[in-house]
Amino acid sequence: MLSTHDLHAYYGKSHVLRGVSMNVQPGEIVSLLGRNGVGRSTLCKAVMGLVAPVGEVRFKDQVISGLDPHQIAHRGLGYVPEDRAIFPGLTVAENLELGKKKRGQTGRWGYDEIFERFPRLKERMEFPGEVISGGEQQMLSMARSLMGDPECIIVDEPTEGLAPKIVEEIAHLLTDIAAAGVSVLLVEQKLSIALKISNRVYLMGEGRMVFEGTPQELHDDPEIRKEWLEV
Amino acid sequence: MLETITYSLLNGLLYGMLLFMLSSGLTLIFGMMGVLNFAHASFYMLGAYFAYTLGMYTGFWVALFLAPILVGALGAMTERWGLRHVHQHGHVPELLFTFGLAYVIEELVRLFYGTLPMNYRMPEGLDFTLFTVFGTSYPAFRAFILVVAVVMFVGLYLLLKKTRAGLIIQGSLSRPDIVAALGHNVPQVFMWVFAFGTALAALGGVVGGIHFVTEPGMAFMMGPIVFVVVVLGGLGSIPGALIASMIIGILQTFTLSVDFSIAHVGAWFGYAVPPDHLFATLWYLDSTRIAPVLPFLILVLTLIFRPRGIMGKREA
Repeated sequence: MLSTHDLHAYYGKSHVLRGVSMNVQPGEIVSLLGRNGVGRSTLCKAVMGLVAPVGEVRFKDQVISGLDPHQIAHRGLGYVPEDRAIFPGLTVAENLELGKKKRGQTGRWGYDEIFERFPRLKERMEFPGEVISGGEQQMLSMARSLMGDPECIIVDEPTEGLAPKIVEEIAHLLTDIAAAGVSVLLVEQKLSIALKISNRVYLMGEGRMVFEGTPQELHDDPEIRKEWLEV
Repeated sequence: MLETITYSLLNGLLYGMLLFMLSSGLTLIFGMMGVLNFAHASFYMLGAYFAYTLGMYTGFWVALFLAPILVGALGAMTERWGLRHVHQHGHVPELLFTFGLAYVIEELVRLFYGTLPMNYRMPEGLDFTLFTVFGTSYPAFRAFILVVAVVMFVGLYLLLKKTRAGLIIQGSLSRPDIVAALGHNVPQVFMWVFAFGTALAALGGVVGGIHFVTEPGMAFMMGPIVFVVVVLGGLGSIPGALIASMIIGILQTFTLSVDFSIAHVGAWFGYAVPPDHLFATLWYLDSTRIAPVLPFLILVLTLIFRPRGIMGKREA
């Protein structure tokens, strides 16, 4: 469904991605693990066209590297950024509305479906986006992306800085979203969550993939965890 | 005294409204694209010249609509074939681009129209006295300018708050990258906002060119003050631009019309500084001479003490 082949990316002169190859299959949750600064967020941005990719990104058997971000979004990729990027000055309802790619877009994710999974947002509809809690903002950012009816969403560090109870809730939501047929590429810092909900995991180090396998395989390999993951 | 206050208020309101017409478009462009468009006031000037030229054939009322549309089209082309290319190289080249463009437009205007002021006059239908205060008449054309500005403010406000296009623009003010990732064509939005912003400046020029003078120096007279308004009001905020325009407009008119200096305050307490004193210049400095500096003093102070302006969401 989504794949990169020998993908490179640069920030100015620093070579952040050094030949990344990976793939996400339909309906899968694939986690991208690794320490801070190894290039996981850059990989997300390069796939979305927000950082110029060098190499190939394919989505649904078509090359999407080189397209503009809005064109990539229209192909069916959704993006939930690390900082949630709630639009300040807009209400929760308006933030959701911007998730639709066209006026009156109807897809698998209308308001009813969103409210069913994100009941907290329904109560907050008229609140300014910047005043709701961090957990609610994270849910809003995910819901906003779903409003555009993506076939695959890239979710960058959704649980960062959230209380354990909310983290559980987000993990449950991601499983639910994948079960509804939306593939998930998840960047996650919390190993326990990633191991619990992922079908497969990738481990990144120094701009490359250093491990690929099932959560069980990573669990059973303390050496690789020690070298690339644990602090 | 009351006469001076009333008249300064009326004139300050008018000047403020003209400033608002120029700054509303600029604040959107600046807030969204991060482009400090030095050529913005040049589009204001083009509005005046286009309306003058068109008016000779079509009359004022048609020109009032047609001139901003033509200038807006020029603005769209400027963004599409100029700024968008320069944008890839960063903000400094963009700034230099608009700086150069301002001079190019001014020289072109000189080339086609010469350096003398144009005989650009108000339509006869508006050439009458609306009311008289304290023996001074208030022309109907000034009231007309106020009406145009108010209609513009309300229209802009509704556009931004009540339409989907407005939502996309508001989102792009803070996070254009995320708006694009949600599937909206942000470069196209930029082009429309640039076109729209320059058209609004041109509308200001259509009426401002009559109120002031239509001559090649008019852009450089207004240009710097418009930046003060945008920074003071807060990047991307239309209500902020309105408030800041009023503050600058009224403040400047007052300092120009009221004869005042620190010496006056001193005189109330029976104190005076001798004329040969070190600080005598400052002591006897007349408020009318401070007026031109005042907006820029406000600019500097705003940037130090409140960089996001009155209603801005992020820093200038």
